[in-house]
Amino acid sequence: MSISVQHISKSYKDVKALNNISFEVNEGELFGLIGPDGAGKTTLFRILTTLLIAEKGSATVAGFDVLDDYKSIRNHVGYMPGRFSLYQDLTVEENLNFFATIFGTTVEENYDLIKDIYVQIEPFKKRRAGKLSGGMKQKLALCCALIHKPKVLFLDEPTTGVDPVSRKEFWEMLKRLQQKGITILVSTPYMDEAALCDRIALIQGGEILQIDTPPEIVKHYPKKLYNVGADNMYKLIETLKGYEHQYSVYPFGEFVHYTDNRSDFNSKELKLYLETMNLSNISIEITKPTIEDTFMELARL
Amino acid sequence: MKTIGYIVQKEFRQIFRNKAMLPLIFILPIIQLVILSNAATFEVKNIKFSYIDNDRTPTSRALIDKFRASDYFNVIADFPSQSEASSAMLKGEVDVILEIPHYFDRDLLKEKHGNLSVTINAIDGAAAGVENVYINQIVQSFNKSIQVKLVQSSGLAAKPVNIITLPSFWYNETLNYKTFMVPGILVLLVTMITLFLSGMNIVREKEIGTLEQINVTPIRKSQFIIGKLFPFWVLGLGLLTIGLIIAKLLFDVPMVGSMVVMYFYTSIYILVVLGIGLFISNFTDTQQQAMFIAWFFMVIFILMSGLFTPIESMPKWAQYITDFNPIKYFVEVMRMVMLKGSSLTDILPQVIKTLLFAIVMNGLAVWSYKKTG
Repeated sequence: MSISVQHISKSYKDVKALNNISFEVNEGELFGLIGPDGAGKTTLFRILTTLLIAEKGSATVAGFDVLDDYKSIRNHVGYMPGRFSLYQDLTVEENLNFFATIFGTTVEENYDLIKDIYVQIEPFKKRRAGKLSGGMKQKLALCCALIHKPKVLFLDEPTTGVDPVSRKEFWEMLKRLQQKGITILVSTPYMDEAALCDRIALIQGGEILQIDTPPEIVKHYPKKLYNVGADNMYKLIETLKGYEHQYSVYPFGEFVHYTDNRSDFNSKELKLYLETMNLSNISIEITKPTIEDTFMELARL
Repeated sequence: MKTIGYIVQKEFRQIFRNKAMLPLIFILPIIQLVILSNAATFEVKNIKFSYIDNDRTPTSRALIDKFRASDYFNVIADFPSQSEASSAMLKGEVDVILEIPHYFDRDLLKEKHGNLSVTINAIDGAAAGVENVYINQIVQSFNKSIQVKLVQSSGLAAKPVNIITLPSFWYNETLNYKTFMVPGILVLLVTMITLFLSGMNIVREKEIGTLEQINVTPIRKSQFIIGKLFPFWVLGLGLLTIGLIIAKLLFDVPMVGSMVVMYFYTSIYILVVLGIGLFISNFTDTQQQAMFIAWFFMVIFILMSGLFTPIESMPKWAQYITDFNPIKYFVEVMRMVMLKGSSLTDILPQVIKTLLFAIVMNGLAVWSYKKTG
């Protein structure tokens, strides 16, 4: 067991950030914490990286207790905070050397681990970190978090504010790191990234809604889901929300994900209703639920 | 050790890479030293002097000529009456009114006695005091020359002095103010720069979020603190060196004492300042807050250091407070060593007190750092 969290709770004054959270992450697993802003993801990361002390519950990381063995944890984990936290006025090279030194190692020693990532930023190694692009900053931060060959890697919203191409690259890098035996706990508000994890925990309001592999999570979706399309998107949503039998209506790309609260739903009936409401070019098709749909469904309960 | 070395190296890199900070650290203090040392003096010059001569005799004119000859007084007006002179003072046109009474010459010759009325604008109390002494000195010297004249004209033995003067500010004539002020101002600059820089330094890491990253590394607090503060200790001593060179070259301040003693004391003193800086940064979240608190302490320290106002003239309770002011000891030591050539044994009380402050302040700072960090 690489990470074990047992009944962790934490409050900030009146706000309950985490409420009785428990889960376990296996060794070498890529585990995703999926939830909206304010769900408690960062608080959980700060507790597991020994920056914060939980009020209740216990947790171990890489076999070390977060309270008793916090010093050992700091030697064996890499942490990449959501906010870029390297020295903006030092160059790429200097940042890397700095973190290598304070971890008591050298860049050369663990170069094989970061090589794939570092070669991409190497052309800019004399450039100050503050002058890098968003994607480059992420790569540098990842390098710095990996420089001491950690057993567990914590990535707090690593792809927030990063362009889609860089995001895709970043996840490919994570997959490669996982193959090198590093346990990765990653948080993200993007549901499409969730599918790339081995297992995910859906978290909201400081509570875990569900933990499973992405395909299993989707299987739990209780209803038949329909893709509804029309010319006027805004009017379509408004009209569907006004439909007496609607159960849920969420915009999803160029379509609207619709579920009905009747078991004997007939799509022709809905089409007729939409036509009478002056919508044109109507399409209604059954579709497979995504993690986002599942999350929305769980979150409304 | 290697870790501390690397942090020190990183700090220096960051300091020297900061284009706005570097002139702030070195150029500004030098400008301040040059400007303040020339400007901050207790000498009062260009006193706006006016008189009402009711006597109009050679003797009264001779007295006024004495004032005219003085560097300190600008004789700017001759008023026919008291009321006009008063309204001129009300408007701030004159600082001093000397009124020579009727029959001043006659009384002086006959009765060996004369009265002069002096009115001084005392809105600035300190300046008024100094002006009073200057006037007394001039009148006294005039008095002596009159006596000689009397002796000559009457052929009699000299009469006793008949105008009383106070011999205060006697060292004003011999002591160069710059010699006196430069060491003190140098103290302020070394203190200010090291306090502000160290106070804001760790807060800055908090503010930009790098402290969060540092805190998950196995680095020890002591390593981090020493690594962060050591560069400012070096900077403080560097600043002292630059200041001393300027003091010697530009102001020709005598340096009687041993440089070793001075550097020895300063190296302990800077530890106190760094301790205060670290303490401040532990209780603040932004550089702005740290700056305000540092200023608060700095103003109290400066005004109660005895540099601009003598500690002896403060109320008793304030004098007790100055015992806890490290700047006071530094000013004392600088003046003692530079001007008097005091040895280590002479400044031992100050050294012990400063060392005590250093231990207490740094102890508090490290203790509170653990609590909050």
